[in-house]
Amino acid sequence: MSLKIGITRFLGTNCDDDVKKWVQSISHHPEYLWFEDQFNIDDYDMVIIPGGFSHGDYLRCGALAAHTPVMKSVKEFANKGKPILGICNGFQILCEAGILPGVLLKNDSLKFKDEWTSLKVNQNKTIFLNKAQKNQIIRLPIAHGEGKYYAESSTLKKLADNEQIWLTYENNPNGAALNIAGITNENKNVCGLMPHPERALFDWMGGTDGMFFL
Amino acid sequence: MKLAVKIMPRDVILDTQGRAVEVSMKSNGFVDLTECRIGKYVELTLRTADADQAKIIVEKMLKEGGLYNPLIEKYEIQACL
Repeated sequence: MSLKIGITRFLGTNCDDDVKKWVQSISHHPEYLWFEDQFNIDDYDMVIIPGGFSHGDYLRCGALAAHTPVMKSVKEFANKGKPILGICNGFQILCEAGILPGVLLKNDSLKFKDEWTSLKVNQNKTIFLNKAQKNQIIRLPIAHGEGKYYAESSTLKKLADNEQIWLTYENNPNGAALNIAGITNENKNVCGLMPHPERALFDWMGGTDGMFFL
Repeated sequence: MKLAVKIMPRDVILDTQGRAVEVSMKSNGFVDLTECRIGKYVELTLRTADADQAKIIVEKMLKEGGLYNPLIEKYEIQACL
């Protein structure tokens, strides 16, 4: 079945075209969602918030994007239980919007990390990873300066108890709590991750594990 | 009127920027330095002339507008420098 997938665009989003091509490559129908506009949540089957440096990463990464009209609709979309995937800056935006708990801080090393990482699939109960096996190790690239997941210890415990930690790093590249590379909300319809599945789709990209996600 | 907000990383947060500056200062011979933490200073000019109302608006920007993130930051509303 072909899905209609909304792809948000903020000032400074730069992975929008990659995500659009990914969606098209598997015969789904992509449509851009401009940050200044709200949208009708019934018009879309899924929303993807791609990476980039929305609004210049000013104030805090994702903070300005999180308070835009399009995110009001994304919140509504999330509350209806519809699937949302936030990649890299998209993950940061979901956290700043309060749709996912916690926040992403500057990497411990202070360095921008651009490299391939091995990730463990901790649970495959989300729509975005149900093609992978639990405990499977997959490879995806990361590209971020602020990917260190942080939350208070009570939140981390809750995330672990509710199986909301869906992806963890095998070798922690940024100092993230509990090696977290991606988390979901309680209902598991909203998923965020720092690595880039859209950069690992075809052999010429260096790997194809991104295809597990859609 | 004009108000300022000082936003600092909470004490439990490792302030990487402050740490980098601290290391640089120490390596430049400032041996008396024990810690450096870096935050933001925001100046806000508002239409109102009423100080109480101005403070209410700024609080709202902080809490609802996303001007600060309570998970990692603390703030103090001040008169402008």
